[in-house]
Order: sequence, then structure tokens, then C-alpha cells
Amino acid sequence: MEKFTRIEATACPLPAENIDTDQILPARYLKLPRKGEHGKVLFHDLRFDAAGRERPDFPLNRPGWRNAGIIVSGRNFGGGSSREAAVYALYDYGVRCVIASSFGDIFSQNATKNGLLTALVSEPESGALVAALTRETALAVTVDLESQSIVCGPLRYKFTIDPARRTRLLNGWDDFDVTNSFHDQIAAFKAADRKARPWALPSQAR
Amino acid sequence: MTTPLTLFDKLWARHEIVQRDGESLLWVDRHYVHEGSFHAFSRLAERGAAVAEPELTFGVADHYAPTRGRGGPIANFEIARMVSQLEKNAADQDITLFGLKDRRQGIVHVVGPELGLTLPGLLIVCGDSHTSTHGAFGAFAFGIGASEVAHVLMTQTLWQKKPKRMRITADGGLAEGLGAKDLALAIIAKIGADGAAGHAIEFAGSAIRALSMEGRMTLCNMAIEAGGRCGMVAPDATTFDYLKCREFAPKGDALDMAMQDWTGLTSDSGAQFDREVSIDATAIAPFITWGTSPEDALPIDGNIPDPGREQNPERAKYIQGALDYMGLEPGGKLTDIVIDRVFIGSCTNARIEDLRAAAAVLADRVSKVPGLVSPGSSSVKRQAEQEGLDRVFCDAGLEWADSGCSMCVGINGDLVAEGERCASTTNRNFRGRQGVGARTHLMSPAMVAAAAVCGHLADVRSLMVGKN
Repeated sequence: MEKFTRIEATACPLPAENIDTDQILPARYLKLPRKGEHGKVLFHDLRFDAAGRERPDFPLNRPGWRNAGIIVSGRNFGGGSSREAAVYALYDYGVRCVIASSFGDIFSQNATKNGLLTALVSEPESGALVAALTRETALAVTVDLESQSIVCGPLRYKFTIDPARRTRLLNGWDDFDVTNSFHDQIAAFKAADRKARPWALPSQAR
Repeated sequence: MTTPLTLFDKLWARHEIVQRDGESLLWVDRHYVHEGSFHAFSRLAERGAAVAEPELTFGVADHYAPTRGRGGPIANFEIARMVSQLEKNAADQDITLFGLKDRRQGIVHVVGPELGLTLPGLLIVCGDSHTSTHGAFGAFAFGIGASEVAHVLMTQTLWQKKPKRMRITADGGLAEGLGAKDLALAIIAKIGADGAAGHAIEFAGSAIRALSMEGRMTLCNMAIEAGGRCGMVAPDATTFDYLKCREFAPKGDALDMAMQDWTGLTSDSGAQFDREVSIDATAIAPFITWGTSPEDALPIDGNIPDPGREQNPERAKYIQGALDYMGLEPGGKLTDIVIDRVFIGSCTNARIEDLRAAAAVLADRVSKVPGLVSPGSSSVKRQAEQEGLDRVFCDAGLEWADSGCSMCVGINGDLVAEGERCASTTNRNFRGRQGVGARTHLMSPAMVAAAAVCGHLADVRSLMVGKN
């Protein structure tokens, strides 16, 4: 996984609550294999009409925000379905950070596993960022994970992220390598647990 | 004196292998996979790795399962590929699969419990957010993404940060005609779709104790719609009775040993929760959703919200956006909302008790709109047919189909057409959830049946007069 330390990029405001993972990646695209092309269907039904034409009023379709690397949205971003492809879609499009006042838990967890930062701010702060970006489209935003800070023109905020997720993103750790270093502990746990809870095995297990 | 523990604390502690940087490595007792788990199997193949514990891993074909023409080949080659891909992955990795031809096939969150794979005290994961359902048994069960599915396949473990603890207490009896779905929607309306974010929910109180296992599963299923990491109910006699003689559940000495363990799975008196919410179950009317999030729920005797009367401009904008998508005018009565079709199905509300509740309303009546009934599992389907419920649905004019996720997510091809309005027993009224431009109203199976009979949203209690 790619490390995340700092990003300076165009930020696109999506000032809506409850942008669920069905909006980020509609279910009919769940069949797509992972080839780095999920970005094409990011926010598909919000971005395109039935004929496949861009909806001009959708923020990401406006010239100034088309290349956004950061998205600022409202409460409960990424709630709903556990589909990790929602994260693939954001990442493949080029988004590396989403700023919002709350996130779906599973979405945040999936984001962390793929190098996408979910930065938690208060509702007034996300509102102020949206307002600033709406006034001045080209305003570059800097998000620094080490210092947990967001700079957007005159606005300066601290964001919240779970410390374990922060460490994981900063190091770009591969979970499997970390877990494998605990191989002996896992084996010992399993052996003790099979004695303590023999009933926990499916009764028809081989 | 030892510190009193919550049920969740106990479940967490018994699965913790090691701690590191504020996270714990947890042992996974059951891992359910489905067609959508293909990303994780690809990851496995890339590494040339094998499934660590195939006997703890079970596959079910549900998300893309056709609900019609089950006997023949699947016409849509992309859907056929999704199903055959799961079959191949399961066979290659020596995983037990409940495939389309298996008598035990159904929706993973219905099948796990009915086969006795889901048990109290277990840690259960699946690459599906509604895995919270299994918490109804006093299990720690939650949905995970593809990277975590791959990690569990390879190691049978998972890194997690311990969530906060939240107790939702519902006391008092639910009124006649109401069920767990009404309670779930009332709770979500109260705390919001992110109200339980970062929390493990324990449902407690006399209204919860009075629920059947089916009802508890409906409630825990919807815990994710309140943003909860998981939902759970402490196991009791209702739980133990349900588990008797289930295919994979412990029997004999193993059951005696399990029972000793399970009876301790309650929150100790005086245990501290990070957050407490209470709700008076006696005061709840049947709930329906009017908007595009499960939190947009109101009692059926209410009115469509009016953004003009909303103080907060952001909130007013949200309501207007939801009404525009839903094709609704502000202020009108909810019972005046005319529907185009109904759907009875999904991991939320397609168990035998749900089908009975819907059939009780539909008996000797005719649906004014077309609709689909997809039982939660093939086993539920057989039982419903033994009870003659299929005849009730068919006589009312609804279609009786095979089991799968079906019109809850639409990826098997069961879709609501653009602009159509569907009264649905499912869990999500998100934009486009049942199809591009489809409009979904969530409610209980009895309320969907009432809407079918009336052709518009209706209070099921008005149809119960003279019935019984």
C-alpha cells in the first residue's frame, strides 16, 4: 500500500449528507475486476445522466474541480454497504483524502487499507471549507497527516483520525506482513481456544 | 471486586490474540463468503496463499442468485460468471458452499442462523454490511471490506480497534400489528443514520426480550443503518430453543459445555456503557421511510416533511433533495402516497415469521399493484409452501420466487424501474438502490402487505379490524 503523508491538491465540495457507498459506486459496477479503472464509474449516477452525458451541475464535472484530489462532504459520508469498490473508485479517480464530519465505519476501515485518508472535522468546519471552496474554486488545500492539519486559504483546522489508522497510513503497512509476525501467538491462541471452546467448531467440521 | 463487564467486553476479550498500537488482533470463528468476495480470492491467488481455516469458512450464493428459472442455466453471462466464480473459488479452497442447487441455499444472513453455524459467543465476519444480523444470537458479528476478507481468508484473524459501547433499551410491549422493523426504524429516526457510528450496540429491555429470533435478527440487521459497528442481543431461552437440532450447532456434551458458556453472555449489572439510549416501545406506531436514508423515517399517521418549515438551511436543502428524488410534495399525508409495486424479501425481513405476517394481511385480499416475494432461504421457501403461504401470495396477485438478495440490491436483475415507487421490506432506501431512479419506501412485511392491498401506503392496523 502507498504511504500517505501529505497532499496538496484541488478540493471538490460535495455539500450533501448521507452520501452512501451506493452513490459512490452503484451496485451494478460491483462485478468490475480490480484493474485501476474504477474511477470511470465514481459517483456514476450523480455524475452522468441516463444517456451517459455528464450532468453539468455535479461539482466534479465543473472544470475547476475535475482533477480534485480531495473531497469535502457532509455528515455520514460512505455509510451503507461494505463494498470496498467505493474506495477503489475514489482512489482510481485520483482522490486521496475525504474530509467530512462523520464517516461510515466500514468505509473508513476500507479506505485505510487502500491509502485513502478519511479526515474527520466538525460540522461547522466542513461547512466553512465547503463555503470557501465554493467561493474560490481553485483554492488549493493541503492536508498533512503527521500534524493532522488542514490548510485551505485562511482556514486552518485540525482533523481527527484514529491513531492506529494514522500509523497504518503513514507507514503504508501491509497487514499480512504485520500479522505474520504474530504467527506463534495466533497458533497458541488457536490451540488454547480449541480446548476451551470445542463447541465453537461447526459440529460437522472435519 | 472485579469490574462489571458488558456483553460486548466479554465477547471482545475472548477473541483477543494480541494488542498493537491501539488495535487488537482478533480470532474469527466463522467467515461467510458470497459471490461479491471475489476481490479477496483474487488477492489470495496473487499471493499464492491458501485459506487458513477452510472448515470455519462457508460460501453462499445469494447476491447474484436468480430468483426465477432456477432449474436452467443463467441467461445473463456476467451474472453466471459471478456465480461460477464463487463455485470455483470454494472448490479450489475446499470451502463448503451452499450453491444454487443446494437445498440449504439462501441469503447468507438467513442461512447462517438457520443451519446453526451462527452461535452465541462467536466472532462472525462477512464481506457484507448486514453481517450485524448474527448479533441477534449474542455473537460479535460485523461486515468487512475486501481487504479484510482477504486477511481473514489468509490468517483467520482481523485487526480491529475496540468500538465504544452503546446500549439501546426498549421497554414495553409493541402494539398489535407492529414488529421489529418498526422498532428498528423508530430507533434510526431517533439517533440518525450515523447515530451509532464507532459503537457496538447492545439491544436490551422487555420489548427486545419479547422478540422472537426472527425479530431480533431484523433489529440487529438494521443496526448498520444506524451506523453501528455491530448490534447484539444477549442470548436467552428464546435463543437456545431456536438453536436446538440445527445442522451445524453443537449437540450432546458439546452442547452442555456451550450452554454453560452461553448463559454467562450477558452484561453484568452495573456495567458501564459509553452511551445509553432508551425508547418506549408502547408509544411506537408503524414506521415507514419517506426519503433516501433509513433515518428519514416517520410514523405512518404523519405527514411528508416540509423543507419550508425547517429552521436549518442545510437540513431544508437535504429534505428538498430527498423529496425531489422521491417525487413527493411537502406536507401531504404519508397514507396518500400511491405505490407502483411491492417487494417482500431480503436479509432484513424474509424469514418465515415475516412471510406469515405479510400473508395474514393478504389472505382473501387482492394486491392492487404487482409485486415480488422472495423468501430469505430455500428452506424458508419450503416451509412457507408447506404452510400454504405461497398460495396466499399468488392468489393476491404477487409473484412467488426463489431465494436471494433479489430486489434489495438488484444485481441479479430484479429491479424497480426508473421513477417507480416500491413499498419494500428491505433495509436501504438509498437513491438507486433498487434500480436507477427507483423510489423505495422501507417498512415491515405487514405494512408492505397493507400497501399492496390499498395501492398506497397504509396503516396495517386499519386492515386488522375483523381479522384474527
